[in-house]
Amino acid sequence: MAYTKRVDGRKIDELRPMDAKVGVIPNADGSAYFKMGNTIAYAAVYGPRELFPKFLQDPKKGVIRCHYSMMPFSGSGERIRPGGNRRSQEISMVMNNALEPVIDLSAFPNAVVDIFVDLPQTDAGTRCAAISAVAMALAHAGIPMKDMISSVAMGEVDGTVVADLNYDEESYPAIVSDIPIAMTHNTKEITLLQMDGEISKPQLMKALEMAKLATEKVYALQKKALLEKFAKE
Amino acid sequence: MIVNKDTISELAAQNKRLDGRSLTEYRKPINVELNISWTAEGSSKVQIGNTIVMAGVKLSIEKTYNDTPNEGGIMVNAELLPLSNPDYEPGPPSIKAIELARVIDRGIREAKAVDLKKLCITPGEKAWFVIVDIITINDDGNLFDAAGLAALAALKSAFYPTVNKETGAIDYKHKTKEKLPLIKEPLPVTIYKVNNKLLVDPTLEEEGAYDARLTVATDDDGTISALQKGGTEPLTAEEISQIIDLAQAKARFLRSELDKFLK
Repeated sequence: MAYTKRVDGRKIDELRPMDAKVGVIPNADGSAYFKMGNTIAYAAVYGPRELFPKFLQDPKKGVIRCHYSMMPFSGSGERIRPGGNRRSQEISMVMNNALEPVIDLSAFPNAVVDIFVDLPQTDAGTRCAAISAVAMALAHAGIPMKDMISSVAMGEVDGTVVADLNYDEESYPAIVSDIPIAMTHNTKEITLLQMDGEISKPQLMKALEMAKLATEKVYALQKKALLEKFAKE
Repeated sequence: MIVNKDTISELAAQNKRLDGRSLTEYRKPINVELNISWTAEGSSKVQIGNTIVMAGVKLSIEKTYNDTPNEGGIMVNAELLPLSNPDYEPGPPSIKAIELARVIDRGIREAKAVDLKKLCITPGEKAWFVIVDIITINDDGNLFDAAGLAALAALKSAFYPTVNKETGAIDYKHKTKEKLPLIKEPLPVTIYKVNNKLLVDPTLEEEGAYDARLTVATDDDGTISALQKGGTEPLTAEEISQIIDLAQAKARFLRSELDKFLK
């Protein structure tokens, strides 16, 4: 029995309802809110600002530093102890790698752009929502970017490739794979790729192909939110 | 615009403020949003001017303490997110975060706002424990009052999760219709002394100019449940008397603001 009817009734390539806002944190140089189903990410960008300790400074290029964190009450089960863990450190690192390719680091030598993402509630796809939020916050902060980044998790649930898995699908009692992907808008290059679960190569390639359309939908919303913000200013 | 401490202090002497407010006026808007996190048992987002904080309540079942076998417990924690202020850094809680958490904690705990006996499930064995996490989203001053308002709103909106009768495990995905045993509603109000004047609800800029502050948590009938003096300048008994009068009046104001959003 193949997976034809999704847990929440969506079509196989249908994303959860999304919402995006730019400029939600007045103190930040750039900020954004991104909601994907029941996953919400707040992103703030501070900088470029002087990088300390000084030995980390590079006279040729700047540095970006992502800090991903789930709020203590944002997990689906017990309270999460604040202060970070292995998971949040790894996500911060892969987010850095996902975003750096589109950022013109040469524009801010010796400086750092600090990026903070915090999630008040989650339901799978947190790193993808985080990346999509950060990309908007970076654009809002006026950080020179060569392209836009949009992110969605693809996956295979019991033989069917689907877009934007929620928690119930990730924990579906069958073979499931979860593939967070971030993609550049213009060049359709992949800047984030992780996978857990099991999948065949043809199905993976199908997921990557489907990710183009899925990230395009995220991009459309990011663009709309940014335009709305700048139209106001 | 760089405004130094002296300007704020000189303005205060003339009963003026940078943003044109009177000394005892809160910023606008004051907004309270409930249930901003579906994963929390109760949650809120409070905005006072440009200060934005969230609070989330999580419940768990733990072994009772030996000295209070008939009671559950409550704890308040605060996280000053680097996301909320360019001066905050990732890492262990700063003394500012610890003070904020402890002052809000005392206001709630000492007022006996939550009936801890009602949190007990099996005496000497297990009871509900409540943790309120306060999270700053945008720090533009007066975190004490915003955090206190957010914590109270989150507690008021909290429902117990269901418990599996056989295994005793908590099913966080399904909430019951039962609310926390909240019997009092303490709210902290912080009064700042600037150049011998008393003012409320400072912006971040104004916070840089105070001589002393006193946080006064009072419950519905005005009973004081926590005090915290800050700053290096002393306060006279006469000033403290004035501060408490002002704090009680402002707590009534904040409570009426909160009530608008609870309906």
